[in-house]
Amino acid sequence: MSVDTLTPNLSDNWDQFESWKLANYEARGGYKAARKALFEMTSAEIIDVVKESGLRGRGGAGFPTGMKWSFIPQDNPKPKYLVVNCDESEPGTCKDVPMLMATPHTLVEGIIIACKAVNSHQAFIYVRGEVLHVIRRLQKAVADAYQAGYLGKGIFGSDYDLDIVVHSGAGAYICGEETALLDSLEGRRGQPRLRPPFPAVAGLYASPTVVNNAESISSVPAIINNGAAWYKLMGTEKSSGATIYSVSGHVMRPGQYEAPLGITYRELLDLAGGIRPGHRLKFFTPGGSSTPILTDQHLDVALDYEGVAAAGSILGTKALQTYDETVSVVRTTLRYTEFYKHESCGKCTPCREGSWWLVQTLRNLEAGKGREGDVDKLLDVCDNVSMKSFCTLADGFVACITSAIKHFREEFEAGYHTPAWELFPYEKSVYFPDHREKITVSEVADQ
Amino acid sequence: MSGHGFASHYDDAQAIDSIRKPTAITETTIAEMREIMARYPEPRSALLPMLHLAQSIDGCVTDGAVKICADLLGISEAQVNGVATFYTMYKRREAGEHHIGVCTTSLCAVMGGDALIDQMKEKLGIDEGETTADGKFSLERLECNAACDFAPVMMVNWEFMDQMTPEKADKLIDALVAGQEVRATRGATITSFKQAERVLAGFPDGRADEGPSAAGASLAGLEIARQRGWKAPEVPQTPAIEGEEQ
Repeated sequence: MSVDTLTPNLSDNWDQFESWKLANYEARGGYKAARKALFEMTSAEIIDVVKESGLRGRGGAGFPTGMKWSFIPQDNPKPKYLVVNCDESEPGTCKDVPMLMATPHTLVEGIIIACKAVNSHQAFIYVRGEVLHVIRRLQKAVADAYQAGYLGKGIFGSDYDLDIVVHSGAGAYICGEETALLDSLEGRRGQPRLRPPFPAVAGLYASPTVVNNAESISSVPAIINNGAAWYKLMGTEKSSGATIYSVSGHVMRPGQYEAPLGITYRELLDLAGGIRPGHRLKFFTPGGSSTPILTDQHLDVALDYEGVAAAGSILGTKALQTYDETVSVVRTTLRYTEFYKHESCGKCTPCREGSWWLVQTLRNLEAGKGREGDVDKLLDVCDNVSMKSFCTLADGFVACITSAIKHFREEFEAGYHTPAWELFPYEKSVYFPDHREKITVSEVADQ
Repeated sequence: MSGHGFASHYDDAQAIDSIRKPTAITETTIAEMREIMARYPEPRSALLPMLHLAQSIDGCVTDGAVKICADLLGISEAQVNGVATFYTMYKRREAGEHHIGVCTTSLCAVMGGDALIDQMKEKLGIDEGETTADGKFSLERLECNAACDFAPVMMVNWEFMDQMTPEKADKLIDALVAGQEVRATRGATITSFKQAERVLAGFPDGRADEGPSAAGASLAGLEIARQRGWKAPEVPQTPAIEGEEQ
């Protein structure tokens, strides 16, 4: 059975009138899966279906969702918690925001099913604070679900109680890391914890806790409705299902593209109308800024967990930031590294100090004031920083820097004598959308 | 260290000075803080929303608000300050009525964000982290705000101002100065920094139904799928066990 190039499922109602409203969600079959899970399935059956579907975490790590749920120790007398990670902040990643704005009830329904699976009666939606309207829509969806009797005491008339709290963060990328998120949710500075113990054993309030990405949880209702076999029609053997790819940068039609896992960047670029006219691809991030950059040598890499790993990078959040040949890779690497320096929580010395010193060296290289040997110094510092912290934030900037040097070493070495803005005049990279050549949907479709 | 001219570790230490401005928090807000505490199994979880609520009154986290939060939660002021200084959304100087953010993380910077922040500094006559003398605007250089497909992105009071251009940014500020109604590209009518903070604390402002389901770049893939008739696959037919619906 052949599967279409794009498979709108999570995004299928985004173009519908007031898709965020409960009545409109239900008119399209919403909350059918929640009822099925509550009244027709045991917890073990729900976990089995999700395991069988092959659904893997969509927040970057790709851990099998059903397996994560099965790790919750049911003999532990403490309450079990589900925490949904909506702290979308990885540069390039912009899928959860539109999803939650358009269809917050899909997440609420997924939470109901996931909570039943792990026997949790309290869930939290942790949303980054800087997305006000997403928070409004989530607050309303949760309030309306309470009103309808889908949350609270005896949901859907069953004997199952479930509460959801929508919790706003306050501006900290690191809170997307699951243990930092838990500390933040406990009202502390968001700093990662040492593992073990893992959250499944001692998470929120030292109780068994599942932390899942918003897209992972939102993928669950359709799997319950349509079955694992349906989900596996899409994607590849080890990376089953569909996911939302976010294409941004110097392309004609940046945006969200929901496709089966394994689509290639070439196909996505074609759908996105290609690189802006008169220019060509220089490099892209396959899964956000923490994943090693790839170049035009990697157009046919299958964008699934295994394919991207084989190409030396990580599928991550499927965030394809695209840069054309006008862009200085020294400049972008500096900006990314400044981001990590800003967002390093400061707990682990290699990350806190490493990001600081790497920024200083990169600034010198951007300004053409680098010293002979600075590129090796960057690599040396990266080597000292890599894999030495509680979380992977430092590994993210190490990946960013080392991959950029691997593909474009001569540009960094040019920073010993020539400013990046002389080699790559920055005004040439500017691409304001209103100045973008107009291209219609039908033109893309006809290509 | 000599020779390279590296900066001090602590060149931005002034950003965490204390705010001696008296707090305007009253018993009403304290009651609301208790209401937030009751939402959580452990009250300290309420600290982040409580600080958002404090900012909805004072426009920043004042020393007085820190003391109130500490007293309510039974923790030290140092613990509250530790949290308040960790998160960038908590301001140690009073934010303007409208808090303007310009994303300058790599992609937005390259696409035009660098030009936009310079333009905003000139237009508003303030630097990053500052507030205009009339209290109308404050300006912040943002890290990635999760809207890269709409780059370059600006935010007003944490509402999206997508696909910005110098012309649009100019008009945006002019409209806010004139007190005209301004709508977010994917969101609601612009209110104020303080009103936004109140929503973040968990007190809805009734504006969830404003704005579209999705717009522009969010729909790029879906529009092509509709055009070409692409869909998620049909559910595979399994032998029916009992005559369920259909």
